[in-house]
Amino acid sequence: MADTKFTGTSTYVATDDLMMAVNAAVTLERPILIKGEPGTGKTQLAVEVAESLGKPLFEWHIKSTTKAQQGLYEYDAVARLRDSQLGDDRVHDISNYIVRGKVWEAFQSKEQPVLLIDEVDKADIEFPNDLLQELDRMEFYVYETKQLVKAAHRPIIVITSNNEKELPDAFLRRCFFHYIKFPDKETMSRIVDVHFPDLKKNLLSEALNAFYKVRDVPGLKKKPSTSELLDWIRLLLAEDVPPELLNAKDSRKAIPPLYGALLKNEQDVHLFEQLVFLDRRADSNQP
Amino acid sequence: MLIPFFFVLREGGLKPSITELLTLLEAMKKGVAGQSVDDFYFLSRACLVKDESKLDRFDRIFAAYFKGVEDSLVDLMDGLPEDWLKKQAELLLSDEERAKIEALGGFEALMKALQERLDEQEERHEGGNKWIGTAGTSPFGAYGYNPEGVRIGQQGSRNRRATKVWDRREYRNLDDSIELGTRNIKVALRRLRKFAREGATDELDLEDTIDKTARNAGLLDIRMVPERHNAVKVLLCLDVGGSMDDHVRVCEELFSAARTEFKHLQYFYFHNFIYESLWKDNRRRHGERTPTLDIAHKYGADYKLIFVGDATMSPYEIVYAGGSVEHWNEEPGAVWIKRLLNTYSKAIWLNPEPKERWDSTPSTKLTREIMEDRMFPLTIAGLDEGIKALR
Repeated sequence: MADTKFTGTSTYVATDDLMMAVNAAVTLERPILIKGEPGTGKTQLAVEVAESLGKPLFEWHIKSTTKAQQGLYEYDAVARLRDSQLGDDRVHDISNYIVRGKVWEAFQSKEQPVLLIDEVDKADIEFPNDLLQELDRMEFYVYETKQLVKAAHRPIIVITSNNEKELPDAFLRRCFFHYIKFPDKETMSRIVDVHFPDLKKNLLSEALNAFYKVRDVPGLKKKPSTSELLDWIRLLLAEDVPPELLNAKDSRKAIPPLYGALLKNEQDVHLFEQLVFLDRRADSNQP
Repeated sequence: MLIPFFFVLREGGLKPSITELLTLLEAMKKGVAGQSVDDFYFLSRACLVKDESKLDRFDRIFAAYFKGVEDSLVDLMDGLPEDWLKKQAELLLSDEERAKIEALGGFEALMKALQERLDEQEERHEGGNKWIGTAGTSPFGAYGYNPEGVRIGQQGSRNRRATKVWDRREYRNLDDSIELGTRNIKVALRRLRKFAREGATDELDLEDTIDKTARNAGLLDIRMVPERHNAVKVLLCLDVGGSMDDHVRVCEELFSAARTEFKHLQYFYFHNFIYESLWKDNRRRHGERTPTLDIAHKYGADYKLIFVGDATMSPYEIVYAGGSVEHWNEEPGAVWIKRLLNTYSKAIWLNPEPKERWDSTPSTKLTREIMEDRMFPLTIAGLDEGIKALR
């Protein structure tokens, strides 16, 4: 039991509740649905679970045009049509034109794999419903070849969602659920710590202060998230920005350096600059 | 013990299913949760709640339910002889802790200090936990459930918290009747999507091509279809100025979300109520106005009409000619809005004022009657209902 427990990795900080949800999913071999603000490490979770448990990872990234069937298999009718026109011999065996999808690959894995179904909400509304049976029984039927594909080992399925569409109840009932909330300062400094172990202590605390200050600016369209913070710190390190600059009490320098890494929306940048400008003016009006 | 909890959750508006309960039991049987209440809380949350907007509700129900359970435990403890309790308590304490207790003037003094501290805590946390309060009268209870309280003056951590995780209610702001953000609004608006194939045929219809080719005895017969896109058309009318100033933010959010969500979005502004003309630019509202009739003629009946406004004004502004606060209107606003409603059968009014206040404002009541009750609060839940009414 002990070796199958997920406790976070050297590059991923998992909170208690996240670990509990993941471990429940691993133990019961049921899918786990992860939601949360963009940039809080939802996709990364599957990678880290696979790594820490030493299991192979299969990634299925969903797009708006993805159909559930594509994850299982596809019948390449066009190739077969072409072959038939060219008189190729392969055309007589339909299984030559069955292209395996990610779910099939995962089902065939020699040891228990981790299967990531990334951004499930991007697909059509019916997508999750079409996968119910497959996720439940971990098997599906290939009509063209009349073959039943059954998982050799029930995969650990991690599903992420950005909440762009409601997921159907029947689908949700089959999953464990975890909402990754935005980390508090303490967790955040642990996260930064595992990514930049040599970071100067004062730079970290100043950077975090500046970061949460930016997050608190009212009216931002896209609040900077963990991944943006990590990018920003990477930049700060590359540019060798002294910590004092981040906490300049002198409001003329109040814009944090390299804030382009934190704000990704031109309206946000504009709003931010305006606020700083107002700040300055208020300051200069005081004697 | 879990079956009553399950029903309490259902009564509390969560809808866990039997399968989910069975999953939880199975997980507990397999020892996923271990012994601590925190673990059980995390596990049951992962099993039973599947919507982050319901997490706060779950936290509240969990707290209320398990407070009861713990209270009854405390009552049990009350019946035990105090000397025995003291002994037990001493057994549980380390030497160091005992020394600290001595330093504080013995057990009695400690309990007094504990009581004071708990009272203080109760004031700090609004509606603090009853069991923390009752802990004072039941020392053993205090040890069991509030080690923080006992650890007076001690810095070390026993890895327990006085405030339970679920009492912190960290998911508060996700409850769907409270917060609106552009992201949330977009998600809600997205439900209005209606996909349709219209326009130029520029996509290969694989299924049909194969079908037709097969019928054609293997000779290729290419079939094309138009691209699928969102065909919903929305006409948005926003109230600006005056009493709407309080709601500027939420309206901006709705507006920017709608702008990105709908390809066919037309928007107009009005002040307080609809009259013979509306405008598109607030800076030039006195110069460039669009007659309301032109709007009704230009945009077809397949547009969905959404009004956004607090509908808070003098009732005269709705029912009398000349009632407008800004200009002389030949016909009352009620007539104009009815004209629009005649053209657009799918129409709703979103009101940023809380629903409780609607009935106490005559103009809101009146507007609601004109809208045939299709007025919804401007919250995610309200927006959801509104979108349903529009479909």
